[in-house]
Amino acid sequence: MSHHGKVLIIGGGISGITAAVEASEAGADVLLIERNPYLGGHVAQMNLYFPKLCPPSCGLEINLRRFRNSPRIRYLLQAEVTSLRGEPGHYTASIRQEPQRISDRCTACGRCAEVCPSERVDTFNMGLRKTRASYLPFPNAFPLRYTIDSDACSGPECGSCRDVCEYGAIDLEAKELTFEEEFGSVVIATGWQPYDATKLDNLAYGTHPNVVTNLEMERLNAPDGPMGGHLTRPSDGGEIHRVAFVQCAGSRDENHLRHCSGVCCMAGLKQTRYVRKLYPEAEILLYYIDVRSPGRQEDFYQEIQKDPLVRLIKGKVAKVTSAGPDQVMVEAEDILSGHDSAETVDLVVLATGIVPSVPPLAGILVGDEHGFLVPEEGTGLVPAGCVRRPVDVAEAVRDATAAALRALQYCRG
Amino acid sequence: MDDKKLGVFICSGCEIGNSLDIDALKEAAEDASTFVHPCLCGEEGLQQIRQELENGIDAIVIAGCSPRFKTEEFRFDDKVVERVSLREQVIWTHPPNDEDTQMMAADAIRMGVARAARVAVNDPATSESDPTILVVGGGLAGLTAAREASRAGHPVVLVEKEEKLGGRRHSFHTVFPSQPPFDRFESGSLDGIISELQASDSVRVLTSATVGAISGQPGSFDVEVRRNGDSAEFRVGAVIQATGWRPYDAHNLPHLGYGKSDNVVTNVQMEDLLAKGVVQKPSDGSTPRRIAFVQCAGSRDSEHLPYCSAVCCRVSLKQALELRRANPDLEVYILYKDIRTPGQYEDLYRKAQSDPGIFFTKAEVESVEPTSDGSLRLEASQTLLGERIALEADMVVLATGMVPVAADGEAIRKVRDARKVIEKGETGARMEAAKKVVEELGESVGESILNLNYRQGPDTPHLRHGFPDSHFICFPYETRRTGIYMTGCMRAPADSESVRVDAAGAVLKAIQAIQLTGEGKALHPRWEDMSFPNFSLQRCTQCKRCTEECPFGALNEDEKGTPKPNPARCRRCGICMGACPERVVSFSDYSIDIVSSMIRAVEIPDEFEEKPRLLCLLCENDAYPALDTAGMKRLQYSSYVRFIPVRCLGSVNTVWIADALSRGFDGILLLGCKSGDDYQCHFIRGSELMGTRGKNIREKLTQLALEEERVRLEEISITEYDRLPEIINEFAEQIEEVGLNPFKGF
Repeated sequence: MSHHGKVLIIGGGISGITAAVEASEAGADVLLIERNPYLGGHVAQMNLYFPKLCPPSCGLEINLRRFRNSPRIRYLLQAEVTSLRGEPGHYTASIRQEPQRISDRCTACGRCAEVCPSERVDTFNMGLRKTRASYLPFPNAFPLRYTIDSDACSGPECGSCRDVCEYGAIDLEAKELTFEEEFGSVVIATGWQPYDATKLDNLAYGTHPNVVTNLEMERLNAPDGPMGGHLTRPSDGGEIHRVAFVQCAGSRDENHLRHCSGVCCMAGLKQTRYVRKLYPEAEILLYYIDVRSPGRQEDFYQEIQKDPLVRLIKGKVAKVTSAGPDQVMVEAEDILSGHDSAETVDLVVLATGIVPSVPPLAGILVGDEHGFLVPEEGTGLVPAGCVRRPVDVAEAVRDATAAALRALQYCRG
Repeated sequence: MDDKKLGVFICSGCEIGNSLDIDALKEAAEDASTFVHPCLCGEEGLQQIRQELENGIDAIVIAGCSPRFKTEEFRFDDKVVERVSLREQVIWTHPPNDEDTQMMAADAIRMGVARAARVAVNDPATSESDPTILVVGGGLAGLTAAREASRAGHPVVLVEKEEKLGGRRHSFHTVFPSQPPFDRFESGSLDGIISELQASDSVRVLTSATVGAISGQPGSFDVEVRRNGDSAEFRVGAVIQATGWRPYDAHNLPHLGYGKSDNVVTNVQMEDLLAKGVVQKPSDGSTPRRIAFVQCAGSRDSEHLPYCSAVCCRVSLKQALELRRANPDLEVYILYKDIRTPGQYEDLYRKAQSDPGIFFTKAEVESVEPTSDGSLRLEASQTLLGERIALEADMVVLATGMVPVAADGEAIRKVRDARKVIEKGETGARMEAAKKVVEELGESVGESILNLNYRQGPDTPHLRHGFPDSHFICFPYETRRTGIYMTGCMRAPADSESVRVDAAGAVLKAIQAIQLTGEGKALHPRWEDMSFPNFSLQRCTQCKRCTEECPFGALNEDEKGTPKPNPARCRRCGICMGACPERVVSFSDYSIDIVSSMIRAVEIPDEFEEKPRLLCLLCENDAYPALDTAGMKRLQYSSYVRFIPVRCLGSVNTVWIADALSRGFDGILLLGCKSGDDYQCHFIRGSELMGTRGKNIREKLTQLALEEERVRLEEISITEYDRLPEIINEFAEQIEEVGLNPFKGF
C-alpha cells in the first residue's frame, strides 16, 4: 500500500514509541519529537510493572530495537512542536530543537562528566540526587549519549568538557534548529505529569523527607536509582518498620483532581511488594477509598490480601505531620470505630495522580473538563495514551496502536 | 564460505587502545584484513569502512562497542556486519593491559570472524500478501474493526454467526457515554456503523455464518466459511477474532435469589426492562419502591469469576440514574465491594452519589431470599461498621460479569488427540492418560471457533481465566498465532470506548502482518529479521520435537510426523533449532554450525596454564543488555568467560554444549529470562524449555563422567546487572573447585 504522507508523533514515552514502531512497521514514515534528551518517558523511571512485577526496560529494549533498526523512523530529542496548522492529510508543523551541545558523535565514554565542574538537579531521579551539568540521563538511556543541561552549564568560557572530548562531540556554541515539515497526520502522545504534591498542604510533602510520592517511590526502589534499589528511610538511611500508602492523594477530590487516575491503586499495591521484598517484617498500611483493580488485575489484589502484615484501611487520610526527624504521623478518619486514628510510620507514600501534559498548541486541541484531550473524528490529529485518558501501560500501548492506525488512515493512498 | 573476503575493523577509542595490545589483537583476525581506527563511529572511521567495502570486502567485523549502540552508524545495507563488544564486555569490565583481558579480546574477535565468515545476507523473500482482513464476530468490536480496516484501505470479510449484526451492545437500551459530563446516556444501537458497512464496497458481510476452516499463514490464509449449508472459500492476509462475551450464568448464583424470584434479575435483563419504559416488578407488574443492586454478583469471587469485569459498576450507576429519572419516588441501594469508575468516569459516580435517592453501602451480599409478603430480603456482611446488615427490596439486580466467548485451542487439541488414542484402541498408560483427558476436559472444552488447521490446535490457547489475552504488558496484542489477533471483550473485559480503541489497534496489527509478510520480514519481536528457518528434512527422524515445541504453531505435520513449515507464521526464535537432535533446522544467520564454529574459535589454553574457559550463552533481549549495563557501570567480573548471544535460550541446542565440553571448555553458563507464571520470555517458554533440556544435559554429563556443576542455568532480568558479575564469578569459582575439564587437549 502506498503512503503519501508522513506521521508526526509528539512525545517519546511508551505511547509515542509504540505509535512510532507500530505505524512504521505498517509501512508509514514517521518523525518523532521528544522533549527530553532520551526516550521512554515516565516508563523509563518505573522500577517494575504491575501486575507481573517485571522491569519496564525489558519491553523498552524490544521496542527501542524496533525503533533504532527502522529506516522509516526519524527522531529528534530536546525538541518541540511550536505550531501546527493545516487539515487532515496536510499538516504543517513548526519544529524547534534545543541546541545540541553534545552531538551524536558522543560515544558515552563519560570523560565530559568526569571533568564537568557544575551540578544540576537530577530530574530523571525526581530531584532525589544531583548530576554534573554534562550527564547521561540514566545508565540504560536511549540514545546512549551524554547531554548538557544548558541551565547548569557555565558555557563556552568553561569548556573543560569540550577540551577532553576525543570525539569532537561537544559544541558549546551550538545553535537551536528550527524548521517546518509537512505531515499527513499527527499523533499527540505527550503523556502526563504527576499532580504537584506540594499543593496537598495537609500531607507534609516537601516539609518532611520521609513523605514521598509514588513516582519517587519508583526511583527509590529502582536499581539505577538514588538508593541503588535498596529502599531505606530517606531522612537517615535507617530501616523501615512501618509504611503508610496514602491512596487518592489529591485525586477524586473536588479541591484537586476530580478524576480517578485509574492506576494508583495497582501502583500502591505493587509498591507494597517493594517494601516486602526488603523488609519481611515491615507493617504496611494502605488507606484507600475504593481499591480499583479491574480485569485480571484483581488477581494481584487478592494476592496482596494474603499478606498478613498489609492492613487495608478504608478511609481518607486527613493529615500527615512530622513525628520527629525520622518519623511521620498519619491521621485518618477510621470509619470502623468512628474515631480518628493516628499511626506513626517511617515512610509515607502519596499516591498522586495523573495530570495530562497537553502541548501548548492552542486552538486545535480540545480538552475535556479534566483537561484530557478529546479525540475528534475526521481530523488527522490523534491523541494517544495518558494525554487522552489516565491509563496503565497496557492500555496506553493499545491506545497508541489504535492511534497509529488512525494516523495511517490519513496517510494512505 | 572460504572465498568470502573479511575485514576486521578494530576501534581503539573509548580506552580500548590504552587497555589492549592492539597489534597483538590484529593477529586474532588471522587471514582477514585488519584496520584500526581511533574512532570508528566518527565520520572518518565510517568513511574508511565504506571505502574498504567498495574495495571488495564482503563481510566486516567491527570490534568496538556493543551492537546495541551506534546501530545507525554501523548499518551497511546488504553487507554482513558482525559487531564485537570489546568495550562493554572486555575493557570496561576487566583490568587493562592484562594477559587475561587480552585473551578475552582476542577470543571475542575470533568468534566474530567465525560468525561473519558463515553468515549470509538474505534476499528478502517478498511474497504476494493478500490485503483482506477476516473479522470473526459482528458486535461492537468486530464492526469497529471492519470499519477501521476499510477506512485504511483494506478489504474486509466480516463473519457473524447470528442472523443480524450488532452483538450484545446493539440490544442495550442505553450505554454510558465515553466522555464527561455523563449527563446523557447514549443509545446502544449500532445501526449507524452497520449501515455504513453494508453500504461499503470493500466490506463483505456474512451473517448466519461460521468459520469452517482456516489454513495457511499470514498473507495467505485460506478461509472456508459455512453458511446455511453452503460454504464459501476465500483468501485473507490476517484474522481478527472479536467474538465477544456472554453474561455469567446467574443460575449459578441461587444464593443471590436468582431463579427463586422473578424479581431478581441480572443487569442484562434490567437493560431490557429499561427499554420498555417505566420498570415494573416482573412478578406482578406493580411499581417497585425499592431496588437493590448487588455488585460483583459472581465476580471477584474464587467460586465463580475470579476477575473483575470492569464495567458492571458503571452499568449499575447508569441503570440506577435511569431508574430514578423514570420514577423519582424510587429508592435505589447499591451494595458494593469497591466502586470502580476509573478516569473521568469518576464524574458518573459523583453524579449518582449526589442523587438523594441512591444509597451506596459497602457490603458483600451473602443471600437474597424471597419473603412471604412478596418482597426480597438481602443479608450482607463485610460492611464498613463490621456488622451484618439486612435490607428489604422489591427487586434485586445482580451485576453479573462477562465471560469471554473464546475457545481454548490447545485444550481442544488435547481432547482430540486423546479421542484418537481411544479410537485406535491403544492400551496401557497412553490409553489411561487419554481417558483421563477426555474425562477432565471433554465436557468443558467446547467447540472451536476459528477451526485453524494448526498442529497446536484449532484456536489460540487460553491464558488466565479463559481469556486469550496477551501475556505481555508492553505488547497487549501479542498472540501465539502469528497474524491472528484478539480484540474486544473476548480478549479482556472492557467498556465500549476501550473496545473501540482495542479494535482499531487490532486492525493495525493485522495490517502490519500483511505488510511485513509481503516484505518478507518476521513479525514482532524480530520484525527486522529476513531470514527463514531452513529444514534439511532428509535427516529428519519425525521425532516431532520441533512441531510440539514451536510456541507459535508455525509447523504442521504430515502423516508421518515430518514438519511442514509455514514460514510466515514463524517468529524466528529458533526454538525448533534448539529442539532438533538431528541438526535439521538452520537460519542463514543463525545455525548449529555458526554457533559451533564460534565455540571452536575460542582458544583453549592447555591444562598447565590453569586458565579455565567458561562459555556463556545468553538471551539477547534481557541478559545481553544487562551485560552492557554492567559494562557501563564498570562492574568487574572473571575474564575466563566467553559470551555468545542467542535469540532465545530455547534455541540452544545441546550439541553446542557437547561441542564446548569436548573442545575443553570447563563450564557452561546459560542465562535466560524469568520462567514461571509471570514469565518474561517473548518466545513464551525459552527458559522453561532449556530447563527441561538441562536435565538431559546433566544426564549426558554423568555419562561422560563429567560433573553436572559444569552446566548452570540462571534466570536473570534486564535490570539485574548487579547480579551478573556475582553469577559469573561464583560460577568461575565453582568451576575452579570442580577442576579443569579432563577432555582439554583431546
